[in-house]
Amino acid sequence: MTFDILVMQIFSGFSLFSVLVLMALGLTIVFGLMGVINMAHGELMAMGSYMTYVTSVVFQRYFPDHMGWYFIIGIGVAFVVTFAFGFLLERCFIRFMYKRPLDTLLATWGLSLVLQQLFRQVFGPKEVTVPTVQWLQGAWKISEGLELPLNRIFIIGLTLVIAAAVFLFLYRSRWGLRIRAVTQNRAMAGAAGINTARVDAVTFALGCGLAGIAGSSFTMLASTGPVSGQQYLVDTFIVVVFGGVESLLGTFLSAFAIGQTQISLEYLTTGSMAKAITLLVVIVLLFLRPNGLFAAKVRR
Amino acid sequence: MNDMTDKYAHRPQAPAHVPHWFSGGLLPMIERYSLIWLSILLLVILPLALGDFRLGLAGKYLSLAFCAVGMVMIWGYGGILSLGQGIFFGLGSYMMAMYLKLEATANDEAASALAAFYGSALPDFMIWNSVDALPWWWKPFESATFTFAAILILPALLAFLFSYAYFKKRVGGVYFSIITLSLAAIMSIMIIGQQGYTGGVNGLTDFKTAFGLSLQTPQTPWILYLITALLLLGCVALCGFILHSRLGKVVVAIRDREDRVRFSGYNTALFKAFIFAVAALISALGGVMFTLQVGLASPSLVGIIPSTEIVIYAALGGRLSLVGAVYGTLLIGVAKTYLSENFVNFWQYFIGFLFMGVVLFLPTGLAGLLQRVSKKEVE
Repeated sequence: MTFDILVMQIFSGFSLFSVLVLMALGLTIVFGLMGVINMAHGELMAMGSYMTYVTSVVFQRYFPDHMGWYFIIGIGVAFVVTFAFGFLLERCFIRFMYKRPLDTLLATWGLSLVLQQLFRQVFGPKEVTVPTVQWLQGAWKISEGLELPLNRIFIIGLTLVIAAAVFLFLYRSRWGLRIRAVTQNRAMAGAAGINTARVDAVTFALGCGLAGIAGSSFTMLASTGPVSGQQYLVDTFIVVVFGGVESLLGTFLSAFAIGQTQISLEYLTTGSMAKAITLLVVIVLLFLRPNGLFAAKVRR
Repeated sequence: MNDMTDKYAHRPQAPAHVPHWFSGGLLPMIERYSLIWLSILLLVILPLALGDFRLGLAGKYLSLAFCAVGMVMIWGYGGILSLGQGIFFGLGSYMMAMYLKLEATANDEAASALAAFYGSALPDFMIWNSVDALPWWWKPFESATFTFAAILILPALLAFLFSYAYFKKRVGGVYFSIITLSLAAIMSIMIIGQQGYTGGVNGLTDFKTAFGLSLQTPQTPWILYLITALLLLGCVALCGFILHSRLGKVVVAIRDREDRVRFSGYNTALFKAFIFAVAALISALGGVMFTLQVGLASPSLVGIIPSTEIVIYAALGGRLSLVGAVYGTLLIGVAKTYLSENFVNFWQYFIGFLFMGVVLFLPTGLAGLLQRVSKKEVE
């Protein structure tokens, strides 16, 4: 029995880890590679969630026979919409403020408030839920008293796939090469013929698109409301900062540490207190390692 | 207060069509005596023009203006964007509320009757949450002297120790913003989570008297308003004094080129931590006046939303103008009251677009605009 509890605890920790990684991946790219503090990151996740919700409504109404597929399509729709939104946002707004990081922070905070109110007016103040697709219902029964819910396993799997894709994109593709070149030395990258403005826009849009995917997969775990995004915000930033802003590996490790710590503490105290204590511990650790677990050079 | 020796100095000068009597005569006068104009507005015009209810609202926003003034100090002049000023506002507010709650409990007959059973009189919400003894950290707040001392010392001391530690480690810029933002979130989570000791989501409320004086008499709001206004003006003057002193110059120098100041032999972390502590003290005073006037200490004034709203108060007024911060707070207060009475849905759009617009088009706020129009040559 105690063994089962231990396994369940570790599994919950992994589940929270995957959620944190999904939230933080997009921000690692936007904040770590571009140095842009996007306080509307949470709202982009909420946008992804709402897009999945819209997809589910469309499928229910027009293609009720293919409901099994809607979730996959929904993830795609969420990515495309948030990617496009991020692209426009960068071109029309963010690019005027690259020299002023603190002001970007405030402006994107304003954007997040606007988006929240927009969600509230379009989708209503009440939280919306999506139907769980057939193949994600139920649980994987390992033994008596030990069941792992399928939707959480799916999210862990999705996280690994997305993380691998981001890694391949950044380190094995032409675009990734350009992005890293601009990050390391903007002037030289421009001199070598890279369109740095375009790279900025794509990088930012990619970070936003990843937020969309994160939001989309969260619909499996919780309902979505206008202020859902804001609840993720602090956790997301803490994961990224603790990991060392520009390190993918750091993000992974910090999400893992935070996830397991929080779940273990939840066993001892209430959920909200566990979260508060975890955040406090991270802040104290940031005092000891101000640049996070993995520090490297950042764009100036 | 208006010596804008900074990077915004080379902005385009005034448009030609502003009449001379306006730009050459009136505006410089407004700027020169800004503190006096503000005193006249707060102490004479507002009390005469507003009725009881509106004056109460004005008093509430003035208590938020304390935080905005602190924000100008640390952000405008110190270059440190703290997104956690709500923490210090909340500390002041809760410490005051704890005293008021204990005073209300001590004078309450039902609670006194139960005192024999619990050992000492317990505030009502503790009884509801089946807490059976007054926690040790509530005890000292039975004394007014201790409460005052704690309000003046505790937030400033905490702010100093915390910020000195992080500044010494050269945590700055956005990292410091994120850490303070997280602390604000943690504090509101803790307050909500520990309902038995803090009153939870409902906060602390239902006060009857303050220092033996009733809070319900018709004169009370007026007296509290005047105390708030005087205290605020005092804080503005104090901050102006600090900024004009040599210490203030060092702080501005640190904002513009920290490494050079450090190489010159200054302990920059000490200076930054000092103004951070001053801002914390001022914010805590705001919290105290808020609780006295509104009769409430609530976690909704501590979390990340109120803490970031403080930034826009300072940004709208002008992040380099102490007086501007007060005007900014009052203007947003007027807008909030008007919009939430007439167009509920628009308030959040308004504040959101204000954040974006001010940052993008008006980085020095209204005070900066005034200065540009008045053709004041800088440097």
